[in-house]
Formats: sequence, structure tokens, C-alpha cells
Amino acid sequence: MSASSLRDACAIVGVANTAYTRGTEQSTLQLHLEASVGALADAGIAPSEVDAVMPHDLGDRCAEEFMVNLGLTDLTFSSTMHTGGASFGSAVQSACLAVAAGIANVVLIPFGRRGFSEQRVSTSTAKMMPALYSIQEFEKPYGSLVGVQWFAQAAQRHMYEYGTTSEQFGQVAVACRKHANLNPNAVMYSRPMTLEDHQASKMISSPLRMFDCSLESDGAGAVVITSAARARDCAKPPVYISGLGEGHGNPPTSITQKREMTFIEGLHSAGQRAYAMAGVTPADIDCAQLYDGFTWFVLGALEALGFCGKGESGPFVERGCIELGGELPVNTHGGLLSEGHVSGINHAIEAVRQLRREVEPARQVEHCETVLVSNEGDMHEGSVLILHR
Amino acid sequence: MNELTAGFWDAARRHELVVQRCDACGVLRHYPQYLCPQCRSDAWSWTPIEGRGIVYSFTVTHRAFGAAWAERVPYAVATIELDNGIRMLSDLAADDTDDVAIGARVEVWFDDVGDDVTLPRFRLVRPE
Repeated sequence: MSASSLRDACAIVGVANTAYTRGTEQSTLQLHLEASVGALADAGIAPSEVDAVMPHDLGDRCAEEFMVNLGLTDLTFSSTMHTGGASFGSAVQSACLAVAAGIANVVLIPFGRRGFSEQRVSTSTAKMMPALYSIQEFEKPYGSLVGVQWFAQAAQRHMYEYGTTSEQFGQVAVACRKHANLNPNAVMYSRPMTLEDHQASKMISSPLRMFDCSLESDGAGAVVITSAARARDCAKPPVYISGLGEGHGNPPTSITQKREMTFIEGLHSAGQRAYAMAGVTPADIDCAQLYDGFTWFVLGALEALGFCGKGESGPFVERGCIELGGELPVNTHGGLLSEGHVSGINHAIEAVRQLRREVEPARQVEHCETVLVSNEGDMHEGSVLILHR
Repeated sequence: MNELTAGFWDAARRHELVVQRCDACGVLRHYPQYLCPQCRSDAWSWTPIEGRGIVYSFTVTHRAFGAAWAERVPYAVATIELDNGIRMLSDLAADDTDDVAIGARVEVWFDDVGDDVTLPRFRLVRPE
């Protein structure tokens, strides 16, 4: 089986999400189950047909919980990814491999955390992945404790190398907020933000301000993946997975150890693999849902994925290219910055809904046929999906 | 700290900065690992290095993400690139917060933070 044989071999047939909130009475498992039941209903697939579950590491979930609650009597496949923010796209890759190999038929992928009620980054209660052991021993004692500090150094270096400005980071935040204001499920719906608001927001860790940071929110989403053949009998038209890829940063110890701190090489290699599998180029992408833990991630992703050259992402966003109506609309749901931090599954859900024409008309991308979804982890690892209708 | 990394902290207590050097191919490495990523040899020794280099990048943190840092904000955290290419992370001295810049020269100093814990820390090199 060559990588290109996965092109259009599988499809996303069901998606659903809970409300995204700041505060919830529900457990993380309840949120995952609500999204899972919803995604299966959206697909028109009976829960009994699910034979694979990919539980979310950072959501602290295991497959057995889904078996007992959804009444699944057996699973042929289950695995959990441990690549932080890149885990969702990697889970899709494993799901597609399992389906294409004939191991699994219907794969359920529920993702999400209680990033407000339980695991808060701002109070250091977020889960620290085992892979971050070098950071624990050699960086935390020096007061570099959380992601905003790690990525601030990459953003700072990008400013130094290319003349990128805080206002350009701000353009990303403003674009995401503008889109969130067209999305009633966004946490920041009906809370507009201007570039002046961004510039006036508190400095957290220079150059990153409060409005450069993604939201702390509660919520979950789920997607259902099956073979292209089975997909044709589902409730809605399939969204085909035409390309996917995973890549890892080198060395995967800490961002401080990257020879080139401003180039997200794992995301770049993931993108190259996904483009090659799908047989498309960046010019073929109608909109992109880019993992946006911080505004910097979007600039880094635009360069790593070839939407612009190295160092050109600042001027690119300043020209309005990433807003609806622009050259490459990005995060049409509002992203992690303004819709909710749902570990990147919300980017894939938005991509599916754009392709199905299910979003509010004001944020529907015209002639949307091909969408790229990127996920990114703490050590430059990345995963990329290219979806089409 | 574990059996692989203990030597780094033992040396710091002696006010020495060390990193791993591969006994087979001579390549320096940090953070500590069991095998040389260059030649896969498992033979290595701690080797003393000069604690001088530049700020590769930095951030000035204005919000305390842990109680221990509440008194320090705002403080600078920098990625240090030593002259031998090894990278380390350190906070900088309080006096350095306003002057930190990419490319600025830095040097190590040893901070005995407890009876048996010493942190190698970096500070900007000031003109004499």
C-alpha cells in the first residue's frame, strides 16, 4: 500500500460538537459522549457499527468508556496519539490506515478538553505531556513554565529575522474574531475586536499579548470516518480525505533546541506529504483551518505550508488575505483564538461544514471545494488534512 | 533529575558547566540523552564547556504562571546559544530585563539556590 493509495480512500461522514463555553457542569466524558452521539447521528450510522475509537490523550479518555456508554460490544482497533496539538490530525491518519487496511470499518474520534473548568494553561493546571521531560528539568526551573513563553521566543525571533510586527500578529487575532462574530457557537460571538483592542490588551510574555493567546474553554467535538464505499450510503454527502500527513520536529525536546526556531518543520513535512498524496498545491486550497494556539502559529503555518514564503506571512495577513473574501480565508469558524480551544478538532469540523455548505451563509467560502486543516504540537510536530467534496 | 542527568547538576554544584560529549565521535549534546544522535554510541562523558554565548531569542514574561515567580515579574527568559553551538534556557538577571536583545553577549554564573541545588544561570555581559 503506497501513501498515495490513501487518497480518497476514506471520508469523514459525521461531525458534531457540544456548545463551547467558559464553565460547564458536565464532565469531559459527558462532553465527548454528547459529541459522539451527535456525530454518529449526523452520519446516519448506528453506534453498533462503530468498531474503532481513537481516544484523546489530553482529554484523558480511554476507549473502554466509549464502549460501555455507546454499547459497543467489541473493537477491532483503538489507539491514542501523544503529539499534543497535532494529535487530532494524526488520529485521522491512523484511522484511515486502519480502514484502508481492512482492520476497521467505522472509526469514532472524539476530542476536546475542559480547558476552562479543569485544565487551565494560565494557572499551570494543564496536563504536561511525558515527552516534555527535558523542559520539566532544564527549563521550568528558570521560569519558562507554559506554552505562551515557549512560543513567544519563536515569535520574537521571527520579528528579529523578518521585521514582523505585533500589529501583524494582531491581524490574525482580528481576522479570527471577525469570523467568530459570524458563528453563533463561538465563545467570542458578538464580542468584536479591533486592532486597537489587540494592541491595548495586556502583555503576557513579549511579544505575545492576551489577544494573541487562544481561549481557555470547555467543549468537545467528534468525527466519524469510514471507507469511501461505506460513505456513499451515509446520511450526508461524504467529505473525502484526499491527503494527509504527519511530521515531527527535530529535536523533539524543546523549541529552544530548534536550529531554526521560526520554521515549523514538522508541519512543513506533514504538509508536503499531504499535498503529494492529494495531488494538489497550496494554490488549490480554497480555505485553510490552521491550528492557532497563538497568533504566531498562523504566521508560522502560512510559511510552513507554502501559502507564502519564509518571512512573508506578516505582510500576507496585513493585506487581509486570511479574512473571508481574501485570497485564503483562514479559520472561518474563529479558530482556537475566538471560537474555542477544542484541540483542533473544531478546525476539521468547520472544514467539513464549509464543504457541505452547512455554515451560516455570511461565512460560507464561495466555490469551496478543497480545504486544508492543520494541527500543531508543542515541539513543531504537525499534522495536515486535505479534504474535498 | 535521574541517573542520566545527575552529572549536570553535580557539576553545577561545583560551579562547573558541563554537557555530554560522545566518546566515539566527539559531538557535544544537550539536553542529556543515552545515545549519540550522530553515531548511536552509548559511550559518553561529561565535558566542561565555556559558559559564554549570545541570546538567540527571549521573552519578557509579565504574568506569573507559578507562585514562585510572582515576585520576579516582569522577567526575561532567554534561549542561550553558547559559542560551541549548544543551546540552553535561562532567566536573566533582573537588571537585564530592559536591555535584553537578540545577539547580546551573555555569560554563565552559578546560583546556589539551596544547600544542594545550584542553577547555572546567565546574565548579560556588561562593558567593564
